[in-house]
Amino acid sequence: INHIVHNGGLYKRPFNEAFEETPMLVAVLTYVGYGVLTLFGYLRDFMRQWKIEKCQNATEREEQKDFVPLYQDFENFYNRNLYMRIRDSWNRPICSVPGAKVDMMERVSHDYNWTFTYTGRVIKGIINMGSYNYLGFAQNAGTCQEAAAKVLSQYGAGVCSTRQEMGNLDKHEELEKLVARFLGVESAMAYGMGFATNSMNIPALVGKGCLILSDELNHASLVLGARLSGATIRIFKHNNMQSLEKLLKDAIVHGQPRTRRPWKKILILVEGIYSMEGSIVRLPEVIALKKKYKSYLYLDEAHSIGALGPSGRGVVEYFGLNPEDVDVMMGTFTKSFGAAGGYIGGKKELIDYLRTYSHSAVYATSLSPPVVEQIITSMKCIMGEDGTAVGKARVQQLAENTRYFRRRLKEMGFIIYGNEDSPVVPLMLYMPAKIGAFGREMLKRNIGVVVVGFPATPIIESRARFCLSAAHTREMLDTALKEINEVGDLLQLKYSRHRLVPLLDRPFDETTYEETED
Amino acid sequence: MDIKRVKDYIYWLYYQYLLITCSYVLEPWERSMFHTITVTVFAMVVYTAYVFVPIHVRLALEFFSQIFGGQTESTV
Repeated sequence: INHIVHNGGLYKRPFNEAFEETPMLVAVLTYVGYGVLTLFGYLRDFMRQWKIEKCQNATEREEQKDFVPLYQDFENFYNRNLYMRIRDSWNRPICSVPGAKVDMMERVSHDYNWTFTYTGRVIKGIINMGSYNYLGFAQNAGTCQEAAAKVLSQYGAGVCSTRQEMGNLDKHEELEKLVARFLGVESAMAYGMGFATNSMNIPALVGKGCLILSDELNHASLVLGARLSGATIRIFKHNNMQSLEKLLKDAIVHGQPRTRRPWKKILILVEGIYSMEGSIVRLPEVIALKKKYKSYLYLDEAHSIGALGPSGRGVVEYFGLNPEDVDVMMGTFTKSFGAAGGYIGGKKELIDYLRTYSHSAVYATSLSPPVVEQIITSMKCIMGEDGTAVGKARVQQLAENTRYFRRRLKEMGFIIYGNEDSPVVPLMLYMPAKIGAFGREMLKRNIGVVVVGFPATPIIESRARFCLSAAHTREMLDTALKEINEVGDLLQLKYSRHRLVPLLDRPFDETTYEETED
Repeated sequence: MDIKRVKDYIYWLYYQYLLITCSYVLEPWERSMFHTITVTVFAMVVYTAYVFVPIHVRLALEFFSQIFGGQTESTV
């Protein structure tokens, strides 16, 4: 089955995205597993309540036992009974720079993951398949590090003020001009924290009486920003343009809920690459819809900036579109640039407005100078302005690594979600015991992976997420693939029957559409 | 050598059983309790099948053969 979408000539290149359906037997067995764990969870809770067993998690104090219970909901039940049992796959302390290989401190638990002790040994040379190090700029040697060290000796590490008061350094102005030039927009502004960029700036852009159309699988920062703003939020199905168009039509035709007045603003929130699915947004169609219905587009390029596109300028360049079509281009410096912080780019009036009205600009401390220098050096390297071809080579290496890794994993028979070109590779695990087993087996073989379960993903669709990097050499990828193959055979993870679900290209009819309540 | 391969295969099957039923993450005493309950239930199922299935199958076959085969006999 071919998943190439030709939608009125909007796409200049094939768009290959696939989400294979969960095999029925695997789904049933996953529910059986969760059922067993739930029963044992109830048993342990009963024993804890009747003091047969010592209670090691947080509970209310004796005086508060008659009040509304705090720890009775499903999230807390899941936390104490399921998450605690496999907790050793998360929060692992690393003690070196998170490049292609990383060192980790070994820890053991003698009371089934309630407490950990360090053995004192350091596991060296673990192949790092979990860090968001797409272009390999997480280094402790090289031009970026030297430039950052020089700036550290000149400016120090702390800024000690907000952007509006005394925290506006000349380095920040230089960075913002560079970011605007990199993205191809008029002006840009940089903030100290990527999460805070989303959650503090969306309330500055929209308010009550506006409509936000947000994708089903948007990141927590976008959801938080949308809820803080007070605007009406409507969700469209993940990457589904028919659903989005239906919502836009309804919004324009019916207006606000009771008064039927037109909406003040309609803002569409999408991400460039969705980090849990590995899918890329259908940007040409979103921009066509945005222009047709005269709404605004907020594009969160946290994972796609630097990782997509022939010269690393993100998802807009990947599709060959005009950056001026996107009203608000947001991104972070954490992933591809090896630093910290976020930025927003757009028209000059928009950015000047945000400089005064954004909460992050008024109340949050601005970026630290060595971090700014790291961003400036890495961005110049990607653009090729430092005189070498290192940046271009890295972007191409990442694209090659992505295609090779994904192709090999699919050939082995694993279920892999997402687009062919995205460097985020989710490998489906489904069963809860396999989440813990996969993490531990891979660590035994000296490969560090990130495994994800509920609540970051739907409860049966737990996965292992690999993040590829330009710093991974072909040998490292081959080693990793060999080990993944072994562990896949050991744990029986090769579920794929090569039956790919066809993408929803047919027009939406009433039977397939679910609307969130008006 | 063959014995070792067979033992490894049986251990691998046991490991798959642990993973599928999520007893891999349980503590040892919970695991023993779960194994006891599973083995008991499985033994009861096998015993019930052994006692009841042949008799029920024989009765069902007799019933159906009476309907189809015994038509000429009953009209007297």
